Amino acid sequence: MLHALVHLPLVLPPVVTGWLLLLLFGVRGPLGALLNHFFGIRLAFTTAGAALACGVMVFPIMVRAVRQAIDAIDPGLEQAARTLGAGRLDRFWSITLPLAGPGVLVGVTVAYATSLGEFGAVITFAANIPGETRTLPLAIFSALQVPGGELAAAKLSAVSLVLALTGLLLSEFLGRRMNKAAGR
Amino acid sequence: MTVFFSARHKFPGFEFDIKFEAPGRGVTALFGPSGAGKSTVLAIAAGLLRPEQCHFGIDGVVLADSESDLWLPPERRRVGLVFQDARLFPHMPVDANLRYGLRRRTAKTIEFDTVVELLGLAALLARRPHTLSGGERQRVAIGRALLSQPHLLLMDEPLASLDAARKADILPYLARLPAALGLPIFYVTHAFDEVVRLADALVLIDGGKVVASGKLSDLAARADLPIATRDDAAAVLDCTVAEHDTGRGLTRLICGTVNLLVAAQPIHPGAKVRVRIAAREVILAHGDTRGLAESISLHNILPGTVRSITADAARHTAMVEIDLGGPALLARVTTDAVSHLELAKDAPVLALIKSMSVEVLPIVEEY
Repeated sequence: MLHALVHLPLVLPPVVTGWLLLLLFGVRGPLGALLNHFFGIRLAFTTAGAALACGVMVFPIMVRAVRQAIDAIDPGLEQAARTLGAGRLDRFWSITLPLAGPGVLVGVTVAYATSLGEFGAVITFAANIPGETRTLPLAIFSALQVPGGELAAAKLSAVSLVLALTGLLLSEFLGRRMNKAAGR
Repeated sequence: MTVFFSARHKFPGFEFDIKFEAPGRGVTALFGPSGAGKSTVLAIAAGLLRPEQCHFGIDGVVLADSESDLWLPPERRRVGLVFQDARLFPHMPVDANLRYGLRRRTAKTIEFDTVVELLGLAALLARRPHTLSGGERQRVAIGRALLSQPHLLLMDEPLASLDAARKADILPYLARLPAALGLPIFYVTHAFDEVVRLADALVLIDGGKVVASGKLSDLAARADLPIATRDDAAAVLDCTVAEHDTGRGLTRLICGTVNLLVAAQPIHPGAKVRVRIAAREVILAHGDTRGLAESISLHNILPGTVRSITADAARHTAMVEIDLGGPALLARVTTDAVSHLELAKDAPVLALIKSMSVEVLPIVEEY
């Protein structure tokens, strides 16, 4: 059930995810009202809201990466650690995490790069407020709506391209270095 | 000082029911065909597999007992396990691998430097596991297990994945462990050569049951056990070097009541050596010792009595077990020879062994 819930944003149309977030975290929504009442936090139509929408959208990508990284570890190594006197938490810190590290890192980087491109959920939940909730793709879209905005759109697209490429190269590089450190 | 092991478990299509007692020091080999349940014994002893019924303890300290619902987890047993595939941690250098178990124990009787020297690891400490050869990996794995300060060391076919040359490299290291550390070791193997080289006690396992267990020298000389049907069936005798006869180029060994003359050995008198005498190399005869000794080149003419005869109809041979007044020998002879010599239980017989047929095994270095 939790598994399905976490992976839902991957298959649901982003606009639907954004709308569900709005229903939950809107000022009148059950969670949004609580947050607003006790902590004075407003999420809908704010920068924090845009971040939340991005986070929810890319969370499944990260979960997948982490799970794959942990599943790829030879269970025999944990057995060996057990016979050498390492308890559960000890094994996680000394064996599982260092060996899953490269996979986790790649997952985080890819998720971050993907989150920069989030459009549908953000515009539905946090709208398109310049300087507050206008993400890169939203800015490009807005620029294209204005006559003569092609140049601005092109510049923003270039920025987006550079960011995406840097993210991927960085994850590749770090992953390789950590794999080397992990002796593979 | 003993290790007590008994466990019962029903696997689908396989019933595991094994019970034996092993000495509290030295190597106990668990020997049998693959799939017999040898590795299962180790998994249960290490705590990685929990059977339906179990009672397991070392020196009276009970680690698992199904009656009182006691089951210590592996991390609290202080039972070291050397896996067939080494299982070194790939993200740590050899040094950190060795110290992994050591750092997690408070009482330290087995020291880092001792183990490094014992297993010849000094040159490997800074290396990464993936740069090691198979034999080096196993040596590190053994060191890592030893440094976790175990009360019992389990080894699961540690040499099975190595080629013959690597095996020969690592065997001397294994052979010196028991004397140097004085702890019990369970050694699983299906190579009888390794048993003869390393073991003091033997547990024969087949089909999830114990066929026989006891001292290696006692079991190796039994004609009725499955190991006696092997082509390399042989008696194993633990001897002491008595004296050298430099003039004749011979060394005299003593094993209980038995004197053996072998080609001169570069071993000082008083040292303990193990010899193997292949069953097919032993000749049986009637008559009196003195008469024979004058007319034959043979040095070893040993009087004994027939303890049992086990026929192997398919091969037209019989395995004869000979009591030498303490130690025992095996002789494989043809069925024709049995009737010709009128061999029967309790009949007196002479066992004739060429000096060259007494194989003196490499001596274990004193550490």
